[in-house]
Amino acid sequence: MSHPPPISEITPEPLFRGRREFLRNAGLFTLTAAGSGGALLALTGAAPEKAAVPAPEPAPLKVLGRYSTDETPTGYADVTHYNNFYEFGTDKSDPARNAGTLKPRPWTLSVEGLVKKPFSVDVDTLLKWFPLEERIYRMRCVEAWSMVIPWNGFPLADLVKRCEPLGSAKYVAFQTLMDPAQMPEERTHLLDWPYVEGLRMDEALHPLSLIAVGLYGKTLPNQNGAPLRLVVPWKYGFKGIKSIVKLRFVEKQPETTWALAGPSEYGFYANVNPAVDHPRWSQATERRIGEFSRRKTLPFNGYADEVASLYAGMDPKKLY
Amino acid sequence: MAPPRRVPFPWLKPGVFVGALVPFAALAWQALQGTLGADPVAIALNRFGLLALIFLVASLAATPATLLLGWTWPVRLRRMLGLFAFFYASVHFATYVAVDQRFDWPVLWADVTKRKFMVVGFAAFLLLLPLAVTSTDASVRRLGFRRWKALHRLAYVAGVLAVVHFLWRVKLDIRQPLLYALVLGALLLVRVVDAVRSRRARDRRQTAASTV
Repeated sequence: MSHPPPISEITPEPLFRGRREFLRNAGLFTLTAAGSGGALLALTGAAPEKAAVPAPEPAPLKVLGRYSTDETPTGYADVTHYNNFYEFGTDKSDPARNAGTLKPRPWTLSVEGLVKKPFSVDVDTLLKWFPLEERIYRMRCVEAWSMVIPWNGFPLADLVKRCEPLGSAKYVAFQTLMDPAQMPEERTHLLDWPYVEGLRMDEALHPLSLIAVGLYGKTLPNQNGAPLRLVVPWKYGFKGIKSIVKLRFVEKQPETTWALAGPSEYGFYANVNPAVDHPRWSQATERRIGEFSRRKTLPFNGYADEVASLYAGMDPKKLY
Repeated sequence: MAPPRRVPFPWLKPGVFVGALVPFAALAWQALQGTLGADPVAIALNRFGLLALIFLVASLAATPATLLLGWTWPVRLRRMLGLFAFFYASVHFATYVAVDQRFDWPVLWADVTKRKFMVVGFAAFLLLLPLAVTSTDASVRRLGFRRWKALHRLAYVAGVLAVVHFLWRVKLDIRQPLLYALVLGALLLVRVVDAVRSRRARDRRQTAASTV
């Protein structure tokens, strides 16, 4: 027989009733906390997402070409999951998620304008024309971040010579694929599609200018601009037009997408210049992806020795 | 002994309090795990800034919710929401100054003197400061309710500046900042319409009284 509990241990009635209410309130508290917390995570894009499987990191080729930097390349996962490719969405993670709709084969590049004979060529044929080389280049985005990317490709100059431009051709204009079925954001009016870019002839013939068809020794992923993309390492990243379908040789400076979208903020030359701020932010420093501190941005992105002479005597205001 | 005054929805405030800290905890956790993506500093800046704006807009929604829906519970959350706006704005600001720019004073000085997008963001933060300081009951008593209320209308100015800061920050895709601008505009409109209507009602009453 147990003794009856001492009177002090008997739960008073209001407390006994309160327990039920307490449990109910505790439940509602948890729901409120989870609901408001979850809503905030969703609104700020912080909701946990299925982590991208880190792709195997192929070792870059050890032989550095004349134009390669010996800086540590940015990780393969970051190079392929942090992209500006508005045809697939404006968030940096959108291209890796959405670029599956792009079909980089079969792919035709057409060459038009002031050339001896306009022609079209299948990308696989084109790839047999030139030996591929590796170029480890710095890439400086106009948004003040940067990467080091081991590209595989061939000099743009080789392709330009093959096109046999006429003497009257002063510029090369490039054009991205226009196909909303493959590039869904081309249905919007975010930019004046298709994306177009251009180089002056001497810039296009400069040995640093590259047509990339791969990175890290692998075929170029769709989100990086498959199957053909331009790389001009002394200029801001937006000059590196992706998924190119057309080269057109012209006499006058061609229109370029970002200069059309924001003429006060983006120019034709877009040479990296730490001394000239973007109207809304400083270009003096950059965040190297994978590093925590900012580093100083170099004139012409560190390629001044190679390219500064191209712009001798030009009004410096026109260079960015 | 008088029975304690029963608060309706006693779970609401502590629940929202904990919920409001979830994004902070999530970001800290992701930062420690190294899963914030390629540019963690940019992600942290963007999230803290957006959270400050969300809480500011939420705190400004309390009165319109009473006017439109007759709900009174949002008003009981308002001070806490406003203080969370200040909290996240402070963390956003501190992240920029200490983590991103590492106290590079010449750069920070150029930001607030040369770049209008930085100026409006900084101004929004500064405006929240007196509001946070005078958020106590004692401050309401000290200032008097009318003056306190007039001062706290600055929250709307801070909200507009914060939205402009957001609009000028994005490179091209202004859909998200526009959404916040629309919500803020709608909330302001509710108050303006209400103010006009109550003034008309008062005028009518006065007219009626004077004709008697």
